[in-house]
Amino acid sequence: METELAIVGSGPAGLAAAIEAAKTGVKVTIIDENPRPGGQLFKQIHKFFGSEKHKAGIRGIDIGHELLEQCEKLNVQIFLRTEVWAVFDNGKALGLKHANNTTEKLNTRKLILATGAIENPLAFPGWTLPGVLGAGATQTLMNLHRVLPGQRVLMVGTGNVGLIVSYQLLQAGADVVAAIDILPQIGGWGVHASKIRRLGIPILTSHTIKEAFGNNEVKGAVIARVGQDNKVIPETERTLEIDTICIAVGLSPMAELAQSAGCQTIHIAELGGWTPMHNKRMETTIKGIYVAGDVCGVEEASTAMEEGKISGIAAAESLGYLQRGKAKELMKERQESLNALRAGPFATQSKLGKEKLIERFHKC
Amino acid sequence: MLNMLRSSGVLSEQELMELPGVPSMELVEKGPVAVIECAEMIPCNPCEACCPTGAIKIGDDINNLPIIDAVKCTGCGLCIAACPGLAIFVVNGAHTKSEALVSIPYEFLPLPNIGDQVEALDRQGKKVCMAKIVQIRSSKKFDKTAIVSFTIPKERCMEVRHIRLSGGMQRKQ
Repeated sequence: METELAIVGSGPAGLAAAIEAAKTGVKVTIIDENPRPGGQLFKQIHKFFGSEKHKAGIRGIDIGHELLEQCEKLNVQIFLRTEVWAVFDNGKALGLKHANNTTEKLNTRKLILATGAIENPLAFPGWTLPGVLGAGATQTLMNLHRVLPGQRVLMVGTGNVGLIVSYQLLQAGADVVAAIDILPQIGGWGVHASKIRRLGIPILTSHTIKEAFGNNEVKGAVIARVGQDNKVIPETERTLEIDTICIAVGLSPMAELAQSAGCQTIHIAELGGWTPMHNKRMETTIKGIYVAGDVCGVEEASTAMEEGKISGIAAAESLGYLQRGKAKELMKERQESLNALRAGPFATQSKLGKEKLIERFHKC
Repeated sequence: MLNMLRSSGVLSEQELMELPGVPSMELVEKGPVAVIECAEMIPCNPCEACCPTGAIKIGDDINNLPIIDAVKCTGCGLCIAACPGLAIFVVNGAHTKSEALVSIPYEFLPLPNIGDQVEALDRQGKKVCMAKIVQIRSSKKFDKTAIVSFTIPKERCMEVRHIRLSGGMQRKQ
């Protein structure tokens, strides 16, 4: 099989990249291991932040529908339930395994890796009991499959994911007994925290989970207050009667495919861990392989879409579908839009991380 | 700065009154006005974009805090459903002599009915009084966020920010 641009991952970054490139006439093929395209977008039933050009005020799920519709109109080919098990020849070919277990080689001229991120686990006594699950898995069950994972939930982690999923659990009819965080301050935005506080969910900062207990499933958890050294303060333990523990303690980029392709990676804590180095055009240390979205630094869906667009424009230009001047102009627009999203104090960390990443790219 | 919000998720009274989107009690008592409880510089501006009278100003840097112009604001409430953070309320402290009319974003089912007596909750989810539902607005434009308006005793109008229906899908206490 042949294509001009292969994109791995059909989340916000991959879809945005596909649309930008296909618009110019590039033949685009997206590969995704999931049964449905859209990445995390279809779990995001809340309205997005940003400005109008970032699709602010629109729910993630509707942004997903919009992007898929555009892909269809532009004849973007999407292979679902298809795994990429290898990147050959500096990104010029991919090894695919289709849903029916057949394998195939996909030859491509350019490659964009938009593989996203994976939830961080948290180990504590009892963490393997059924009933302990990631916040992302909870959203998948609840918002995609319409299955409530439990009735009484403890949320561990108060980043935006923990806060938003707490709110969604209440919308779905569950009770969130508490949202805890080991840090003395709430990790996510104040508006998301206020939203769940006025619904009566307590937020306990400087708290950790000591253990989950139960024979075959979670019956309860012990939480405790921690001191400045993050160690449990004796005799502050409390037992909560719950049936579900949601873990929302951050995400790490899924850079394995980029690494196996030979792209140089660097560990940047602000971006969530090991990420492929890239330049402002989103091109990695291997010419013709681009990255976009959480794989090169965990941020928001809105930033992922902007990075996706930049990578799509860059790939289209290098394939000869866009003239240099036009590509430059389009990229400048996207870069400004990206800068606006990263200008606030909440994005300081990721902005610093991105600067480090790009600086390192140019040094190597 | 914002210590209460960052450690508890609830704005302290002082933190609240310092926000450029929160009008003074004096202005609230003059008639319906948007109360924008947006305290952090996050990149977002749908409130400014949706305002038909130009009463909400953010400006070119979308990280700026929204500023409310209480004179220009008509209290129409479009911003309530537009705010992705569900942080905008419309408060009319001049509804009647003793009652205020408060409008909030509401994303739970079932919706209350007009005339219902429901529990009025403060920013910490504590019941502070009862509220009477007087209006429920939902439209395609609001995209599944209903705007629920209710009356409460006037002195509670800067405290009450949510309601609890008996039997609704909400946290039981």
